[in-house]
Amino acid sequence: MNVAPRLTGVVGDAAVPTLLELDHVSISYPTPDGNLTAVEDVSFKIAAGERLVLLGPSGCGKSTLLRAVGGFLKPTAGEIRMDGRRIAAPGPDRMTVFQEFDQLLPWRTVLGNVRYALERGKSLPRREAEAIARRWLERVGLKNFVDAFPHTLSGGMKQRVAIARAFALEPALLLMDEPFAALDALTRRQMQDELLKLCEETGSTALFVTHGIDEAIRVGTRILALTPHPGRLAATFDVPPETRARGSSGFGELERRIQTTVFSTPEIGHV
Amino acid sequence: MSEIATPKFVRAPTLRRALEGTPWRRFVILAGFALAWELYARWLDNALLLPTLGATLSALWSAILSGELPSRALTSLRVLITGYALGVAVAAVLTTLAALSRWGNEALGLLTSMFNPLPAIALLPIALLWFGVGTPSLIFVIVHSVLWPVALACYGGFLAVPPTLQMAGRNLGLSGGRFVAEILVPAAFPQILSGLRIGWAFAWRTLIAAELVFGVSARSGGIGWFIYTSRAQLETASVFAGLLTVILIGLLVEGVIFRSLTRITVQRWGQVQP
Repeated sequence: MNVAPRLTGVVGDAAVPTLLELDHVSISYPTPDGNLTAVEDVSFKIAAGERLVLLGPSGCGKSTLLRAVGGFLKPTAGEIRMDGRRIAAPGPDRMTVFQEFDQLLPWRTVLGNVRYALERGKSLPRREAEAIARRWLERVGLKNFVDAFPHTLSGGMKQRVAIARAFALEPALLLMDEPFAALDALTRRQMQDELLKLCEETGSTALFVTHGIDEAIRVGTRILALTPHPGRLAATFDVPPETRARGSSGFGELERRIQTTVFSTPEIGHV
Repeated sequence: MSEIATPKFVRAPTLRRALEGTPWRRFVILAGFALAWELYARWLDNALLLPTLGATLSALWSAILSGELPSRALTSLRVLITGYALGVAVAAVLTTLAALSRWGNEALGLLTSMFNPLPAIALLPIALLWFGVGTPSLIFVIVHSVLWPVALACYGGFLAVPPTLQMAGRNLGLSGGRFVAEILVPAAFPQILSGLRIGWAFAWRTLIAAELVFGVSARSGGIGWFIYTSRAQLETASVFAGLLTVILIGLLVEGVIFRSLTRITVQRWGQVQP
């Protein structure tokens, strides 16, 4: 049974080219008890400028999918193509913001982390990389912390550095692996709002993984819901811009719709 | 995004700050130990078995003034540093290969489990056969004593690097030697540093032991030879002076070189607590 609808580009805009395409992707892991299928037969496309959210409970393989798009692991079946070319390895055209705080290099300062990424990822000369890094750190509100080492920062600030690093490289596709899941609720809301603003200002294309329905509605333009064990596409929801405002009637309605149509278990949803 | 303000710091009172940084407890312990030695040696009253601390220090002082001990120490240190550098270099090559390939990984695992338990000094007879009596033999056993513990610590450190950090590095397109040098090595630096410390201690004891074994026939011996000849001439105070020199150089390297290395690297990076 395949309940997943075939998905193409942004609804109502056929002119936008497809950036990323997942073509019947399955991923399984070898475990001591035999192979475990994490993701089964998932297909979708992301058009340039879209912010696609993979939403689902833990165990639905959404992070696994994101890692495969990042090139950190290979699908066991199917193909992932970016601009028509099969993804074979990680690369700076797909910058990932991870959930874990230890994604920053502890031996480099805040500025050093972003500058180093630009030097290595984009082969920029040091001076130019530093100028861009400073601009982006200012944009995420860390102007006063450029010379600080990561271990002196709070979790939210570390994630800001990781976000600045990802945006600074101007990747074709931003990958976000539950970047705010380890933050407190207040910080998380603020970061969601600020990330949304950055995405809208830069017109970035993003693939965002989360288990929070409200977060999915807040940051995404389209939501793909996945079911667990193994991960399969269950449904898709478009998020109209007016729905994105927290507390709006559309927001609450969409939240309920996702909750009732996709997730019957009550523990999934609000975070 | 909105601007985040810098935090403000409050300074502790002056006296507490002055005491906090100093190892004053160690000085107290050291003074107690010195007193016990002096008193016991006087009570024993046998300079051949145990000279007093005062006699040892004066023997040390005259050996330093005559220039014999400094030149012996320098000879030892020169051999030591050569062997140490060589051992660390070989360890670096081996662990890099181990981090990059399955074959290298297996080779390192096998070699370390075979050679790490083998005391370096046990290779001295072989070294003497191959290289003859002299510096090359010493360097051979020192390399052996340094290589395996350092390689083991480095590789253990590499394995402990968080997967997220590794992915963050690979995300930038890093691979091969650059990935090892710019991500794995700094990330594993706490373990590498402790490996270097252990390697240094192993090298020191191996060298002194080796010098004691064939110091007699070497023309320009090191501290080990100084200790050996002093014992042969029944100058026990000089034997203790030689031992003190070994300890002092060890303390100096640990307290100055390794401690500052720790402070400017892993402590500053928050990888270990000060």
